[in-house]
Amino acid sequence: MRIPILKLHEYLLITIQVEMDDQTALQFQEDLLNKIHDTGAKGVVIDLTSVDMIDSFIAKVLGDVVRMSKLMGAQVVLTGIQPAVAITLIDLGISMREVSTALDLEQGLDKLRLELEG
Amino acid sequence: MDIQSCVEVRNEWDIVSARQLGRNMAKELGFGSVDQARITTAISELARNIYLYAGRGKICIEPIDQLGRKGLRIVALDNGPGIREIRKVMEDGYTTSGGLGAGLPGVKRLMDEFSIESTVDVGTEISATKWLR
Repeated sequence: MRIPILKLHEYLLITIQVEMDDQTALQFQEDLLNKIHDTGAKGVVIDLTSVDMIDSFIAKVLGDVVRMSKLMGAQVVLTGIQPAVAITLIDLGISMREVSTALDLEQGLDKLRLELEG
Repeated sequence: MDIQSCVEVRNEWDIVSARQLGRNMAKELGFGSVDQARITTAISELARNIYLYAGRGKICIEPIDQLGRKGLRIVALDNGPGIREIRKVMEDGYTTSGGLGAGLPGVKRLMDEFSIESTVDVGTEISATKWLR
């Protein structure tokens, strides 16, 4: 299974709408880095509105892809984390402190614009 | 009502099957969305541990009713290498697989009751219960 990555001007948009198994998560990591490389995108929004569970493995893959993208020069914002997901992540002891987040896609794009232009 | 359902865990996709089964059963029992997420996440961590450290095993999920108190119990069973230092694996951040080390201590916090029995070279049985509020 592949997660589609959309290009919008200098941004990449991803909305995760599938139940992620480990392979899909790792494939997405690689696909996103390749897409950043190919498009020269400066900002990425990963929308998690439809994701109803993030375990420690998926959290690690997401945290890693944010850091990897940063190494390549692209900023990533995670958006739309559901209340139940936020609660379980903190229960698990995962705070994703260094990861930039926003309430929804719209605020995520605003945040990227501020970070990249401001 | 004690219909136990089990999922054999042999590969990464079985982890997804186990958590889907858990979510469906939690929903049926009347757990709210936050507890559904807690139960699903706990199953995912336990199933991944089986896959990573034992290679194969199974996750069994059963509704429980103790004197009218309802809940859901998850049992993770494997005949893997066992855990030598249980105290260590219950510490946050301890990992031998390059993960976040959030798994078992995380499961304990996500659920209401948690117990672990492990014998080196024999296997591991972890049981975790969530009560319906």
